[in-house]
Amino acid sequence: MVNMDTADLLSLYRQMLLIRRFEERSAEMYALAKIAGFLHLYIGEEAIAVGAIASLRPDDYVISAYRDHGHCLARGSDPGRVMAELFGKATGLCKGKGGSMHLVDLPRRFMGGYAIVGGHIPLATGLAFANKYQSLDLVTVCFFGEGALPSGQAHEAFNLAALWKLPVIFICENNRYGMGTPAERAIALYGDVAETARSYGIAAESVDGMDVLAVRSAMQRVVAQVRAGHGPWFIEATTYRFMGHSMADPAHGHYRTKEEVEEYRKRDPLTLLKSTMMAQKLADEADFKQLEREIGEVVRAAVKFAEESPFPARSDLHADVLQE
Amino acid sequence: MELSYREALNQAMREEMRRDQRVFLIGEDVAYYQGAFKVSKGFIEEFGPQRVIDTPITEAGFTGLAIGAAMAGLHPIVELMTMNFGIVALDQIVNNAAKIRYMSGGQLSVPLVIRGPGSAAHQLGAQHSQSLEAWFCHVPGLKVIAPATPHDAKGLLKSAIRDPDPVIFIEAQLLYGTKGEVQEGEFTIPIGVAEVKRTGQDVTIVAYSKMLLLVLEAADALSREGVEVEVIDPRTLKPLDLQTIVASVKKTGRLVIVEEGWYFCGLGAQIAESVYATAFDYLDGPIRRVTGEDVPMPYCRPLEDAAIPDLPRVIEAVKSLL
Repeated sequence: MVNMDTADLLSLYRQMLLIRRFEERSAEMYALAKIAGFLHLYIGEEAIAVGAIASLRPDDYVISAYRDHGHCLARGSDPGRVMAELFGKATGLCKGKGGSMHLVDLPRRFMGGYAIVGGHIPLATGLAFANKYQSLDLVTVCFFGEGALPSGQAHEAFNLAALWKLPVIFICENNRYGMGTPAERAIALYGDVAETARSYGIAAESVDGMDVLAVRSAMQRVVAQVRAGHGPWFIEATTYRFMGHSMADPAHGHYRTKEEVEEYRKRDPLTLLKSTMMAQKLADEADFKQLEREIGEVVRAAVKFAEESPFPARSDLHADVLQE
Repeated sequence: MELSYREALNQAMREEMRRDQRVFLIGEDVAYYQGAFKVSKGFIEEFGPQRVIDTPITEAGFTGLAIGAAMAGLHPIVELMTMNFGIVALDQIVNNAAKIRYMSGGQLSVPLVIRGPGSAAHQLGAQHSQSLEAWFCHVPGLKVIAPATPHDAKGLLKSAIRDPDPVIFIEAQLLYGTKGEVQEGEFTIPIGVAEVKRTGQDVTIVAYSKMLLLVLEAADALSREGVEVEVIDPRTLKPLDLQTIVASVKKTGRLVIVEEGWYFCGLGAQIAESVYATAFDYLDGPIRRVTGEDVPMPYCRPLEDAAIPDLPRVIEAVKSLL
């Protein structure tokens, strides 16, 4: 049963709102050329990171792909240091050397964003392996898009995780498109992508990735199983990205219609939670307005911090290639 | 004590696994089969299946797993049945192991050893006879070691296992059975330090791994003709101990570099450039390279022999400078 506690639900909403507004400001900063390179926004998918990470302990591991701002923020990273990393500043999480796709926040056990599709999934099995090796009751959560699912590295990782009963939870964020290619033209088992994991003997299920409460509820159950040592788990979270694949392409474009995007926007994860709370009279417009003000301030401060921070010195170029 | 190269590696890993619970061995057939080349003989009996781990034939998967385990604080030793299979794991090695410290701004470390035999043995064909050290040396964030003797193999493998960064440790199938004197008791050899394997004043030869044995043989033959070569084994290919090479070149004024890898963009090209840049004025002639031929390794013996540096070619290169 979903626990309808006002403060709890507002906290989930707040985290999703932080990601939403952070991403919107990131897009603006990209347009102003304050942020360069690749920028993949998480807008539309917030419920997955927030719902999943809400069910973890602070010492559990989280690892992600290149659309990683949402996971990092949901893990509790300082928005100022995340924005500074996007700006390439010395105060960024990775001193400006990682960028949008390679956020890392070790104290929060956020083990990184990785930008070779499928390539970080074996790393997740390794984090889980280390926990099992040391008899720690930690779980590792690995986020990736459905575009990674057909990759060989994903399959090798699934096989090893199942074979060695590793405490890892694979969360496939199925947003229906690998850049511009619809999943039905890329994944043989598109009708039920969780079947891919089941074929390796991994327990697998599908959850509505637009519904933060559904995601959290599924994850709480799954985390308990995996933490208890019952082996890996696979969750397909169905979702949709409201923006383009990256800032390099528009929200729709040639591969999907404006109507399709509009249709999915009706199930905006923030709107869904807000409607639930309003319908149950757990919060009113004033509460949400207050949250908007708060988050607006947080994001403004993050941008200000990033703007005012210095770039790394050229003398930092060679630092951290190897341990000094 | 006299040990084979294989026994020296076995001792190095055994001592480090006894010393540090974080160290474990993972790879294809490393446990019950005792390693494709029996390097991990007796490990499963001493350390058990928790620390000596057979994998399916999925180099990308288990190398990636080892990198993840290293990020979480363990010190994995990945055995690749041959370095050729490292190509299958190259995405993990190059995109993850080598870059994770840098991309994370120094937050994460990957203390990992990836070891196995490189170079040709006898008639193993094109896919099992490659010398890929130049590929690994090209990538910032990796250290590359290729020892030739049992003593160096033991001391350097122990250092590699203790190193906080990813190390590619290249052995050779034809070296496993070779024997040599190994220092008794606990010792390590620092990474990045070359050794003068034979002193001479006429010509310097740089060679590593299996090629060192060939070059020492050539040095004996040349000595009988009155030519004294100085032989330097870098042992660590990256970071390269240029200082030791340059010091020798300043003495002899002549340099030959012998490597089994392909000619074009080979490691010798880099060593030559580094020597030209720092000691050009000391050279009495051009630097000569003796390398593998730029062909996929042929299977049949006469052509395979033709593709790999041999005694006549090394001797000819030295004499061409005199």
